[in-house]
Amino acid sequence: MKFTLSDEQRQFAQALRDALKQSTAWETLLALGVHEVETAPDLVVAFLELGRAAVPGPVVESFAVLREPKATLAWPPHVPYIVDEAEDTYAIVDGVRHRAIPEEPRKSVDPTRRLHTFRLGEAIDQIDAEAFNRGVLACSAQLIGLGRTLLERTRDYALQRKQFGKTIGSFQAVKHQLADVHVALELAEPLVFGAAVTLNTRDVSAAKIAAGTAAYQAMRTALQVHGAIGYTSELDLSRWMLKVRALVTAWGTEAYHRERLMAALCP
Amino acid sequence: MDLDDTDLEFRREVRTWLHDNLPGPLSSMDTAGGFEQHREWERTLAKARLSAVSWPEEHGGRNASLTQWLVFEEEYWAAGAPGRVAQNGIFLLAPTLYAHGTEEQQNRLLPRMARAEDIWAQAWSEPEAGSDLAAIRSRGVRTDGGWLLTGQKTWSSRAAFADKGFGLFRTDPEAERHRGLTYFLFDLRAPGVTVRPIPQLDGEAGFAEIFLDEVFVPDADVLGEPGAGWRVAMSTAGNERGLSLRSPGRFCAAADRLLKLWREVGDPADTALRNKVLDAWMGAQAYRLHVFGSLDRPIGAEASVTKLFWSQLDLSLHETALELLGPNAELAGQPGSWLDGYLFALAGPIYAGTNEIQRNVVAERLLGLPR
Repeated sequence: MKFTLSDEQRQFAQALRDALKQSTAWETLLALGVHEVETAPDLVVAFLELGRAAVPGPVVESFAVLREPKATLAWPPHVPYIVDEAEDTYAIVDGVRHRAIPEEPRKSVDPTRRLHTFRLGEAIDQIDAEAFNRGVLACSAQLIGLGRTLLERTRDYALQRKQFGKTIGSFQAVKHQLADVHVALELAEPLVFGAAVTLNTRDVSAAKIAAGTAAYQAMRTALQVHGAIGYTSELDLSRWMLKVRALVTAWGTEAYHRERLMAALCP
Repeated sequence: MDLDDTDLEFRREVRTWLHDNLPGPLSSMDTAGGFEQHREWERTLAKARLSAVSWPEEHGGRNASLTQWLVFEEEYWAAGAPGRVAQNGIFLLAPTLYAHGTEEQQNRLLPRMARAEDIWAQAWSEPEAGSDLAAIRSRGVRTDGGWLLTGQKTWSSRAAFADKGFGLFRTDPEAERHRGLTYFLFDLRAPGVTVRPIPQLDGEAGFAEIFLDEVFVPDADVLGEPGAGWRVAMSTAGNERGLSLRSPGRFCAAADRLLKLWREVGDPADTALRNKVLDAWMGAQAYRLHVFGSLDRPIGAEASVTKLFWSQLDLSLHETALELLGPNAELAGQPGSWLDGYLFALAGPIYAGTNEIQRNVVAERLLGLPR
């Protein structure tokens, strides 16, 4: 499977990256046409950037699954609560899309994810199984993007912070942890792009497992290297860290995806 | 994968040829008899012009594209074909010869290498210079028409039975560590050369020490400019750490065999072991996709990223297989077995620059952290 980005994809990624540095508001996403993304590889390109910027909101739900400018959903058991708020709110149960009426708010580990319990409204239509895989794929790409930013910020901090009269980035114990995170992210990303080409269950589950593992490693390393300052909410590192924690179990836990992967490999 | 009709035709040809010509299991290439069996297999490959498919036709290759080379590797390992006794020459020295060698050197050395008439050993490490290669002390001194090499090399794979060696020697003792080194090609049977085999973990003579006492090397066997050896050698190191020695085909084939083993003897309730099987499969896929996605990029410090990855993948893949085999994992003496592969994989994090050094390279050259 050969996958290299086209010039258009590179330009789209760059435009998103630049714009999201200024604003992560929903209007910014719409202005850049994220809601018009069609193919799965383009979706990966976009969600890598959404992850890098830790964009809040029901991005996976709107752009990858429902393909609407702003809507959201619950998809129990893997997305058990309605994620964030939107005018159109759905719940997908046994492959059928229903309207969903939000009830009680629930607090997420990620303060920018506003969750709600719900009750089912009228049934609307069937949802194809591929929609779930697109959600998993977008979530995987988002995790890689989050991991990339965590690594970059940690590298920058290691270059600036001094202890024992030296930049901490010169200590091998720090260097080796960052190198391992870099390797994990570099080798997880090809699985995500590979899954975008096939969009089959086997490859999508492998992508989610690898992306979740790499991003989580990036998160743990970021906190360890930043030390106590990373544990505060005064430094906004927690935006990235806590979103990783939430997304690692959203759209299917690692255990669920391992079951799916094994079932696909050894039917 | 983006394969065109020519690639697919090539895949079919290789698959058919391997099916018709594959030998049974060979003895270990680290025994005298096994080495000759492997040399014979290299000759058989060469007759079909399959020993170095990406080389030009005049050197014994087929001018195949990198994609076709990867296809060849996938078919080769999927068929369960033997390890390549000629790999140090074909995958490490040859790319350096193409990058830095003269036309005369290429025409003289490459066809013989393709036909396994010369099997090459890498002679880089020294007792005091392993991953810190710039610390080498073996020296080359100018003489009429060439150089005299003196010193000691060690951990030289295949050197016990190989024909020729390539390595760095210090030719300007006044210069800084990385400068004043020259890249030499030399005959392992030349007067003044003593080779002492060193038994490896498994007791076989997989590597050797090479002692050189005023060994004459003509100017024609200097690779690159005298004094530029470090730069020349680093292009070889990039190859060893990067793609050429560790093509994804080998890992994909091993991961497929591991899945087969899991189906045969795995306990579905043992999710911890199941997860290791899945990690091995995902690792091989990730590496394969990574390689296909980076074929059009030159190998630089990124080679350290892949070296870290495949050396760990190779080891955990084989550890998982041994765990599945249970008490039978200890059975030795079966060529091509999981145990054989495991012993080979154990060396992965050590050779081609230890993984600790690779982590430094990644941190310093790719992430920009200070030395």
